[in-house]
Amino acid sequence: MATKGKVVGIIANLVIVEADGPVSQNEICFIKMPGVDLMAEVIKIIGKKAYTQVFESTRGLKVGTNVEFMSHMLEVTLGPGILSRNYDGLQNDLDKMDGVFLKRGDYTAPLNEDAEWEFTPMAQAGDKVEAGSWLGEVLEGWMPHKIMVPFKFEGNYTVKSVVAKGTYKTKDVIGVVTDEKGNDIEVTMMQKWPVKVPIKAYRDKPRPFKIMETGVRTMDTLNPLAEGGTGFVPGPFGAGKTVLQHAVSQQADADMIIVTACGERANEVVEIFTEFPELDDPRTGRKLMERTTIICNTSNMPVAAREASVYTGMTIAEYYRAMGLKILLLADSTSRWAQALREMSNRMEELPGPDAFPMDLPAIISNFYARAGFVYLNQLKKDSKEPESGSITFLGTVSPAGGNLKEPVTESTKKAARCFYALNQDRADSKRYPAIDPIDSYSKYLEYPEIQEYLKKTISEDWVDNVTKVKDYLLRGKEASEQINILGDDGVPIDYHLRYWKAEVIDFVILQQDAFDDIDKSTSFARQKFMLDQVLAVYNTEFKFDSFEEVNPYFKGIINTFKQMNYAEYESDKFKEYLKEIETKINERKAV
Amino acid sequence: METTAFQKIYTKITQITKATCSLKASGIGYEEIATVNGRLAQVVKIQGDDVTLQIFSGTEGIPTNAEVVFMGKAPSLKVGEELAGRFFNAYGEPIDGGPAVEGKEVEIGGPSVNPVRRKQPSDLIPTGIAGIDLNNTLVTGQKIPFFADPDQPFNQVMAEVALRAKADKIILGGMGLSNDDYLFFKNIFDNAGALDRIISFINTTEDPPVERLLVPDMALTTAEYFAHEKNEKVLVLLTDMTLYADALSIVSNRMDQIPSKDSMPGSLYSDLAKLYEKAVQFPDGGSITIIAVTTLSGGDITHAIPDNTGYITEGQLFLRRDTDISKVIIDPFRSLSRLKQLVIGKQTREDHPQVMNAAIRIFADAANAKTKLENGFDLNDYDERTLKFAKGYSNDLLAIDVNVDIDTMLDTGWRLFGEYFEKAEVGIKDELVEKYWPKK
Repeated sequence: MATKGKVVGIIANLVIVEADGPVSQNEICFIKMPGVDLMAEVIKIIGKKAYTQVFESTRGLKVGTNVEFMSHMLEVTLGPGILSRNYDGLQNDLDKMDGVFLKRGDYTAPLNEDAEWEFTPMAQAGDKVEAGSWLGEVLEGWMPHKIMVPFKFEGNYTVKSVVAKGTYKTKDVIGVVTDEKGNDIEVTMMQKWPVKVPIKAYRDKPRPFKIMETGVRTMDTLNPLAEGGTGFVPGPFGAGKTVLQHAVSQQADADMIIVTACGERANEVVEIFTEFPELDDPRTGRKLMERTTIICNTSNMPVAAREASVYTGMTIAEYYRAMGLKILLLADSTSRWAQALREMSNRMEELPGPDAFPMDLPAIISNFYARAGFVYLNQLKKDSKEPESGSITFLGTVSPAGGNLKEPVTESTKKAARCFYALNQDRADSKRYPAIDPIDSYSKYLEYPEIQEYLKKTISEDWVDNVTKVKDYLLRGKEASEQINILGDDGVPIDYHLRYWKAEVIDFVILQQDAFDDIDKSTSFARQKFMLDQVLAVYNTEFKFDSFEEVNPYFKGIINTFKQMNYAEYESDKFKEYLKEIETKINERKAV
Repeated sequence: METTAFQKIYTKITQITKATCSLKASGIGYEEIATVNGRLAQVVKIQGDDVTLQIFSGTEGIPTNAEVVFMGKAPSLKVGEELAGRFFNAYGEPIDGGPAVEGKEVEIGGPSVNPVRRKQPSDLIPTGIAGIDLNNTLVTGQKIPFFADPDQPFNQVMAEVALRAKADKIILGGMGLSNDDYLFFKNIFDNAGALDRIISFINTTEDPPVERLLVPDMALTTAEYFAHEKNEKVLVLLTDMTLYADALSIVSNRMDQIPSKDSMPGSLYSDLAKLYEKAVQFPDGGSITIIAVTTLSGGDITHAIPDNTGYITEGQLFLRRDTDISKVIIDPFRSLSRLKQLVIGKQTREDHPQVMNAAIRIFADAANAKTKLENGFDLNDYDERTLKFAKGYSNDLLAIDVNVDIDTMLDTGWRLFGEYFEKAEVGIKDELVEKYWPKK
């Protein structure tokens, strides 16, 4: 018999329930208000009292209302039909809801149970399988969607039967597997999984050894994000976090993008809803929406569901990773999630940590980041002993209070994420976008020998050295600019001006990028290498100037031509013309 | 509020603080309203049969045997066409001497719009002020605050913007408004002959601070009625949101909540977002645009109120006094309209984005030159020219007294470029330079 209970206390969305039986931590329950059920999650238990956070507004709720416990944690439904959907933080399909306004207690099915899928078997009777093994596949849009042995199955199984090629619905039995004790268990195309538990149905999680191309030069060239890696973007408001995330979501070299809009502006999600079905995916020629799933819990939607939304996104990512896909998960912003935790912790009157955040915030954040990664799956490649692989690359944004990077969420995330893309207010103020600070930011992956090897092999032997040099040059340019500001234009040798302006060339040509220009917004690695070589050629040229006053206009001219080049199609006639123009300009001033 | 027959009256209050009182009662709904000796109150906490009420006008003089009557509903407002042209207090009661409004009763602070039902904001709102139209273009369905120090003329600029914006309805939510400012708004709307499309909910400095908490919800519920049911373009003005947030912190403090940064409640972000996110473009053409005021203390935007606001709103408009031209300008560096990309260069001339960016870049160079000058260094020729440009740019474009159309603003930009710079120095795409560079 399921446990039942009654509401005994209400403080905003914290509802205290007296239960008549066993209750478990994080169990889901429904509060049976007249005409509407409110979903809630148990977050603390004292004696018979279960403290629950309600995922909806509690307006009008009365003491004494009946509660039903569901004996499971917050789960998502996994199966074909998730791709291209727009979900809220609890995986309700937003498009299925009626009316312009969200209605409390309106829960819609995440999958379309009537949809028919063309199933092709992959396993056969007698195959040894375990959780995550592929039994067959259906085509979800363009993506081969693997039907797997449910993740909840522990131990080893033997396939007893798999249905023949044909059309099936998500709840139809597509196979039967036998466990070690000889029990037969039916498998459908649909399974459920609790969002707060990582899906561990894989063999091995090696260190990342490949780069995830994003098309954003200041990331790819200077501080690359690894496939299966983690990164975060902290920055004050207005510094361009969201524009950067949108750029990455459009251009990144991934099979599937999951965008979690966590406690952010609704109009930003609307932008994705409106534009992604129209925009082409430069890699496949399909529409961007065809490789995207959106989890959207905007800032005006209930706070508790905000916390759930990042987990929902991660669990869906893990499900698709187990199919051998390359997933990019974006979360904007993880600070809102931390604030949701703070609101609940506060209502439960827990002793607060720094800035009133809960004490275990760093642990919660690092556990979450640890769910990303490149994995070798249990599934072997066809006719091979090699395992299949999949990855989740995670990029989160952080909205530090007051733009101060010494606050708890930024500090905790810094410990967990391997790439740090600090957005700088001064750069944003002078419209140097993307405003990623080239000096403070880092990618730990650049230090990985396996990544260095990969870059040398795929780009060029001298790439890593060149990137290190560029970083030094930028730092030197910054120092020179400080000296000039202190000592005055004529108080420093011309060399300082040259050093400053050469760094400016790197800044304007490589770092700055116009996210709203059709060509400039995305740069391939080949083009990034080409441009870096050009810019380094300028840097390594010995110039001759008679006075510092000639330096500024000369380099402005060079920068201007380079910018025109960035706006031109790669290797087009125009592009080459600009290249020639730069050569001419260099030769004019070259010291002989 | 009148009591009706058979309503139970409680007379035993067990606890009184500055803003709340508690009593034993049963069958009470969360967020239900009640009256305590005639004062409006709302349920903020229920624990067993202990019910805590927040009394909006404060608890001064409330006795332990006060009469408490529960109304069985959340705070609500009667909405209808008759609201137009009227002035109300924070409870939605007329303060202009007119009759009470009859209409459909709706709960305030209702549900959010389903994000997939929203339309992307796409209509430009011209204001004639170049600091806004050129650099920080506003779009219907946007939410944007003025960040200003208390001595700056934000209410004047806001009223000006509202009147030029061609909205069907303008709804003013005044929180902690001084009586002088209240009369200012009343006069300027009256003089413009616009009173019939204006609805005001006013809490002045004379009223208790906690009452303010009702004002934005009242204003936005009214806005939703006109925008959603009547498909009108509604502009909501909220001033001053800093005083609203202060009222929130008073309440959370009285409820013994642990304060987070700057003594603000930990839920400040969600509390503000719930209001600002009411800004929306509805599918049927109606829209709610919110222009708010957040006063700063000494220009500090890292304080929790402007900081959280900045993360919620779609940009911010900064007012600053430019001593070179002795006028208030809209600061191009710190101001931002996040939605401008949806309209500039699309509904405006193609050169808009590039002219905007180039001018701001040069203005930044001018700021550097000024620093150099202040530090006692010689300026080079380029520095000198940026300074001249900056003066013209401030005076002809950034000043809040500018009132021209956008094409004129762009032409002014090109004229200033041509006056002080060579083509290669402005860094604009060649095609546009060829087309718009002023002919000598």
